[in-house]
Amino acid sequence: MQAFLDTFDIYLLEAVVNGILLGGVLALLALGLNLIFGVIDVTWICYAELVMIGMYGMYYMVQVFGLPYWAAAPIAILLVAALGAALHYIVIAPLLTAPPINQLLATGGVLFILQSFATVAFGIDFRNLGIRLPVLAIGDMHFSYSRLLAFVAALLGMLAIYFFMKRTYTGTAIRAVAQDRQIMSLMGVDTKRIYLITSALGGALAGLAACLLVLQYDVHPFVGLSFGPITFLICVLGGLGNFVGGFIAAFVFAQIISLGGLYSDLEWGYVLAFAFFIVMMFIRPAGLLARRS
Amino acid sequence: MLELRSVDAGYGTFQALFGINLDVRAGEAVGVIGPNGAGKTTLMRVISGLIRPTNGTISMEGRDVVATAAHRIVDLGIAHVPENRRLFPRLTVDDNLKMGAYMPGARAKYAERLEFVFDLFPRMRERRSQVAGTLSGGEQQMCAIGRALMSDPKLLLLDEPSAGLAPVVVQQVFELVKRIRSGGLTVLIVEQNVQQVLKVVDRAYLLEAGTIRASGTSEEMLSTDTIKQAYLGV
Repeated sequence: MQAFLDTFDIYLLEAVVNGILLGGVLALLALGLNLIFGVIDVTWICYAELVMIGMYGMYYMVQVFGLPYWAAAPIAILLVAALGAALHYIVIAPLLTAPPINQLLATGGVLFILQSFATVAFGIDFRNLGIRLPVLAIGDMHFSYSRLLAFVAALLGMLAIYFFMKRTYTGTAIRAVAQDRQIMSLMGVDTKRIYLITSALGGALAGLAACLLVLQYDVHPFVGLSFGPITFLICVLGGLGNFVGGFIAAFVFAQIISLGGLYSDLEWGYVLAFAFFIVMMFIRPAGLLARRS
Repeated sequence: MLELRSVDAGYGTFQALFGINLDVRAGEAVGVIGPNGAGKTTLMRVISGLIRPTNGTISMEGRDVVATAAHRIVDLGIAHVPENRRLFPRLTVDDNLKMGAYMPGARAKYAERLEFVFDLFPRMRERRSQVAGTLSGGEQQMCAIGRALMSDPKLLLLDEPSAGLAPVVVQQVFELVKRIRSGGLTVLIVEQNVQQVLKVVDRAYLLEAGTIRASGTSEEMLSTDTIKQAYLGV
């Protein structure tokens, strides 16, 4: 009996730690999506597909062209940042004053375009970097270095965004646009430029997530479906556009998935997470940290 | 300094201003008075580029305002304190002031301008890390004026600075306008509080139904019968 309890606790602790590690990357994705929604007031339904393109970018640079991981990662981040800016320029900018449903459908269309493009261009095979990072063993608990690295890098990425938003003129302008877009020209701010920068930042975060996820998961054209929906749930639960809410919600969801996976299997973890989301929508429809207005 | 010639402006099919001619000379304080809906706010918005005129010309120190991109008009030396102050409510006082110094020219002078604003409004120094939405009405007006002054403007546009403020605070705001003036700044001020504003400005225009009905020095305006009857209740 005692022996059973000991192992049980270790597995529980392992699952909790793994949940925290997963939460880091989910929080990174949620921050990117929240940034776009909070500032530009559009939802990029295709956000996870940008991650997928970034993962393919990493695969080609590392596996096909033989670049080392550390050289390929910044290029992939820049690539997806450019993709984000292009998405804004080509799809969103002409629809800025269109009804929200049209914007949703347009980015939804981009989702299918990117999935189909990947299918045609890269095929439906599962591909990976062929990099296997070692596993850290603490007692009987095992943590993969790829998850630890992802967690640390995600936190650093979020910290970088935080300081950018707090310290720089451009970052302050991004926060200001989210609060009153009409008077920005009185400050001398070109709102179009701020939107483009914000989109590139959102893309860069997706690119960073791609570099981290490609170490843990195989790439295929539909890999976005593994984190797209959950990212949206996180953002909605945290309150769309609310950075702090999204951060907290990411860790809540990650724990549910990780602990659910411990007691049953991973799919049940997702079922639990989605069920939790539905219940929360009844209790706090405007999100965890809804502003009282 | 500022010249408007036969300016028409409006929103969509609704025309709010009809053939406005208006001048502000360097160092002057000029008031625009008139009833609600006369087009006073539209006049301010058309000068600062928030809306563009459908007709006519606007020039600032000889430079064409209409041909300047809206976000570059600040660079011509025009700073606009909008109606209802329009602070960024969830940014701190510091960040609001920082936004006022966004243009490259103003960034270079940021520290100097911040000292200037804090000397003018010591209260803002105390509140600098407070979120603007939690300031009192008078403090918000100080912050909004401070934000406009951060760009080191030549011409300050004040849209209804006394709106929504308690009578004591209204007094303070007009005192502030006097102090800003004495620093040599040119001011164009829109107000419904006619009695108060005519004490602060050199000249005034009467705007009614989108056209200028009368203009003159403050004394002339005070002695005009229509203004006496309609706005001063004498």
